[in-house]
Amino acid sequence: MKMPPFDYACPATLAEAIALLSAHGGDAKVLAGGQSLVPILAFRLAAPKLLVDLRKLTDLRTIKITPDGVALGAMVRWCDIESDKRLRTAHPLLLAAVAHVAHYQIRNRGTVGGSIAHADPAAEIPGVAVTCEAEIVVMGEAGPRAIKAVDFFQGALTTALKPDEIIVEIRLPPWPAGRRWGFQEFARRRGDFALAAAALFYDTDVTGKAANTHVGVIGVADRPLRLPSVEAVLNGAAVDVATIAKAEAATIAAIDPDSDIHASGAYRKALAGTMVERALKMAAEQT
Amino acid sequence: MKARFEVNGREVEVAVEPRLTLADCLRHHLRLTGTHVGCEHGVCGACTVLVDGKAVRSCLILAVQAEGSRVVTVEGLSNDEGLTPLQASFRKHHALQCGFCTPGMITTAHALLSEEPECDADRVREVLSGNLCRCTGYVSIVEAVLDARAAYKGGSR
Amino acid sequence: MKNTFIGAPMERREDLRFLRGRGEYVDDLEVEGLLHAVILRSSVAHGRLASLDTSAALKCPGVHAVITAKDMPGGVPIIPMRLQPLPEFKPYEQPVLAYDKVRYVGEPVAVVLAESVALGEDALEVIGLHIEPLPAISGHTTAAQDRSLLFEGSGSNCALVFHARKGDADAAFREAPYARRERLSTGRHYGLTMEPRGVMAQWNAETSRLVVSGAAKVPFFNRRILAKQIGLPETAIEMIENDVGGGYGARGEFYPEDFLIPFAARHINRPVKWTEDRRENLMAMNHAREAAADIEIACTRDGTILALRGDVHNDMGAYMRTNGAVGARNVCQFLAGPYRVPHVKLDSHLWMTNKTPVGTYRGPGRFESNFFLERLIDMVAADLDIDRLELRRRNLVTQAEQPYPIAHVQPTDAKDQYDSGEYGAAFEQCLREIAWHEKAKLCGRSIEGRYHGLGISCFIEGGAAGPKETARLEINDDGTFSVYLGTTSVGQGVETIFAQIAADALEVPIDRIRHVHHGSTHYVSEGFGAYHSRSTVMGGSALLDATKNLNAAIRAAGAKRLGCDASAIAINGDKVSSSDGHSFPLSALAGLTAEGTFHNHHHTYSYGTHAAHVAVDPKLGRIEIIDYVVVQDVGRAVNPLTLRGQVIGAVVQGLGGACLEHLQYDGEGQFLTGSLADYLLPTATDFPNLRCVITEDYPSPNNPLGAKGAGEGGIIAAGGALANAVAHALAPFGAEPRTLPLSPSKLWELVGRKKA
Repeated sequence: MKMPPFDYACPATLAEAIALLSAHGGDAKVLAGGQSLVPILAFRLAAPKLLVDLRKLTDLRTIKITPDGVALGAMVRWCDIESDKRLRTAHPLLLAAVAHVAHYQIRNRGTVGGSIAHADPAAEIPGVAVTCEAEIVVMGEAGPRAIKAVDFFQGALTTALKPDEIIVEIRLPPWPAGRRWGFQEFARRRGDFALAAAALFYDTDVTGKAANTHVGVIGVADRPLRLPSVEAVLNGAAVDVATIAKAEAATIAAIDPDSDIHASGAYRKALAGTMVERALKMAAEQT
Repeated sequence: MKARFEVNGREVEVAVEPRLTLADCLRHHLRLTGTHVGCEHGVCGACTVLVDGKAVRSCLILAVQAEGSRVVTVEGLSNDEGLTPLQASFRKHHALQCGFCTPGMITTAHALLSEEPECDADRVREVLSGNLCRCTGYVSIVEAVLDARAAYKGGSR
Repeated sequence: MKNTFIGAPMERREDLRFLRGRGEYVDDLEVEGLLHAVILRSSVAHGRLASLDTSAALKCPGVHAVITAKDMPGGVPIIPMRLQPLPEFKPYEQPVLAYDKVRYVGEPVAVVLAESVALGEDALEVIGLHIEPLPAISGHTTAAQDRSLLFEGSGSNCALVFHARKGDADAAFREAPYARRERLSTGRHYGLTMEPRGVMAQWNAETSRLVVSGAAKVPFFNRRILAKQIGLPETAIEMIENDVGGGYGARGEFYPEDFLIPFAARHINRPVKWTEDRRENLMAMNHAREAAADIEIACTRDGTILALRGDVHNDMGAYMRTNGAVGARNVCQFLAGPYRVPHVKLDSHLWMTNKTPVGTYRGPGRFESNFFLERLIDMVAADLDIDRLELRRRNLVTQAEQPYPIAHVQPTDAKDQYDSGEYGAAFEQCLREIAWHEKAKLCGRSIEGRYHGLGISCFIEGGAAGPKETARLEINDDGTFSVYLGTTSVGQGVETIFAQIAADALEVPIDRIRHVHHGSTHYVSEGFGAYHSRSTVMGGSALLDATKNLNAAIRAAGAKRLGCDASAIAINGDKVSSSDGHSFPLSALAGLTAEGTFHNHHHTYSYGTHAAHVAVDPKLGRIEIIDYVVVQDVGRAVNPLTLRGQVIGAVVQGLGGACLEHLQYDGEGQFLTGSLADYLLPTATDFPNLRCVITEDYPSPNNPLGAKGAGEGGIIAAGGALANAVAHALAPFGAEPRTLPLSPSKLWELVGRKKA
């Protein structure tokens, strides 16, 4: 399983990196952590002529927390997120999701930008991005643009990235204190991609009812999905056993997952409902 | 392409194709065959080495990406005189049979214990869940790593 | 001085190199002028080889040759069977390279020789391979229709049917007051080894000698096959066993590459190395375990088992491998397990399909049959309203009945009997260990949303396959001893265990046993290898014979030197002394060597019980094992430390086969589980709560050690125990597992929409 031959460049600036991508059309690929790209090359599922290594772009490896939210540089690694104590209050949903990503060794190398660009339908971080209405900030020859997460993920392993564009930042909106959130995932084994997962949050109005609900499910379609019909069940309602049951049913009604070698579509449907149910329970029980 | 990096405390320079993995570079160019290749797609962990102090899968790193890094392999965590406390604990608990996954287990356990000498059984299992073993069933490996914590708490290894 | 190294939990010698990364596995080998072999494999499951154009590949950088069937003008060699080599299997044996048809995804079609593996793989991409597809046989039901034949000449996709018979089952069923019939099946999985396979061959044209590295399991037998195929005398071939990264029955049988690589080395007159990668290993290492049973059990109303009858359909894949028939034979021969079953009529069908060929995997046929019978027993207990523990108690074979004869299998004429053991004693001990009676009330109860259940399964494990084994002892220059074995190592610790046996038998300190060499063909005159849990019994007994012969030789030499009777001579540490006080150093006898052999036609039968306590989340389909206990009687334990490792390791493999591992194909024979992200192995977090208790209550009467082969018992009952536990946990839903593996999706479907 040796990779096909390619050239390798390690530019010192973002502008250089973009220029290299631009010069090679679709024949160049960005190398960030390599945890998703290298296996693809090992299986010879892709044969780029050039790899552009971003490891010298250290500016992309910062986590900025401001009143505008949490900005993750694209080269931020999973271990950086895990060890940043500020995120416990600045974005607990992000932290909870990252705890499910892969394994120890992969978390030391894999990057947020890489995961977003790879867009595996069962990956946790694209799911969090969609639930939280994150913006994916990319840079290309034409300059920067900010793409809404829901527009960024276009299908399995397919994104809105143009061949000359590089993800530079993932911007998550600010996270107010008192927000209730839940993250539930079920995978075959620890660290595997989700069979299904739910990432959700809601705020509460003065009477304690849910407001501004954001419910996303992972692993049940070719991209992470927001579920507005589920959100409608919750908004304006007390998040009690009856509401949660309705939300579970609404989840099941809203999705139509495929079957594969690991699970049937029917199972995934029901599982997604259970993930939403348990994530809501988790949120409702937060003190 | 040339790449210069440090392996087990020694500066090396290699001339390699960009597509050569760090695992293959260590094994075939530097003849450090203690690092093993079990899958080449980042799942089994047999290829685990330390890069700049962090446990990583060397089959997912290009040799040329290691430029300027400090790499430590299982050979670098060993000595000629005898077994280190971690290795002795593995032996005591019969935490290996065929030995193929063992270098990856040793490097990963060493990284974990260096960072978290107070880790508990659940944490050890969680971290080792990225290293596949087919012979032992893991129970003895977890026992061995837990028993080795004492050696890391004092700062010695 | 009476040693007691046997029975001591000694730390292993081999660990010293493995822990420091100083093991030497075949891919670690490097020689001058080495070329790398890369294999072109069929990506079509069934078809005619229409054309193979290697011209573009030959022009690729670094490519030295591309070997195809055309390079074997005398005909492509066929791999013979090693075990149960019945004439009926001949039409189904595998050619080392496909030449007219391909029959499975992964079948070798050509070999590229290049300066690096990467360059070889580059060349693979430009080989023009055109296959005209034929309808694929994707399972035994399609195979049985015989509409598309894998082997046109044979006329059938059924290679053979084994018949297991005892008593008169038809009569017993006619008269039985109760019977139950069920269809049960086990899924395809295999003995994946962490080290994939590898072969390195070096040909010396001047001396016409071939040295092959990477040998494992049965190097002497493989040398015999290779010699015939390649046209060399056996004495011209040396097989070297390096360190081996796991075997489990799958590594070490003769595969196509075991011919292709030596052939390539001679063809191109340069050393050639092949290292299997994981993608290949999944589709090229022997598959196992895919069996579908349609069986019935007859009992009296008080639960005494009268008879077993039915059919098992084994999915053999595309060819009969060297040991492919073993599992299919075992599944009917041993379906009764450790139970008293007076009447048996079982037919085990071997169906050829367009999948990777099947060989043995730890506990071959026994894992499957244990699952089938143990599920049936629990169902019978429920039907007859008899406690399932009591039902087992009534039927487990007792020591008073030993040796206990089992079903006779034709056409192999396999007749056998269990050797010793009170199977119920291990059963009771297991119940105590897991505290069954305290926990029984949890069965079917939901606690915090999870349903609890207990499951039990009893097993026997056959070991010590004959016919013989060889060992040699030699005195070294410094008066220490070296041991040479026909036994091979697959990681089970032979270097330590045999040092223990030798030290005890020679009555010397263990550090006087300097080296234990194993496996390679230049160590002993003849060897039989490691399979069917035979190493300790066969190799160990041969070693005892060798020590007896060496002792005699030392006494004879000592008597001559010291001018006394041989009976007056003894070894004391590093000296040979006579009873009147004269002595000389052992090193004076350096070079003195003696061989020993052990012949055996009686298998040993280790036995025991598995018990599992599970908690099942019916919405996730997730099984958590809260506690799992194995009690296994091994007759005599040479090294309790390594033995425990064998049992626990085997249990985890068994649980992997019960709920995680599944090799899958689609209807066209396309292989779907092509990576470790698809083929799921157990990890450290999956089964943390495992315990085992080893007992030595009933030594085997069949060998001087009294030991029983014990490496497979941990896997055999894992499927049965887990499935029974899950059935009892989900009893409120009426869920009856009949198929392995129990994936979350399958489990959820079993539960269905019923609410408890």
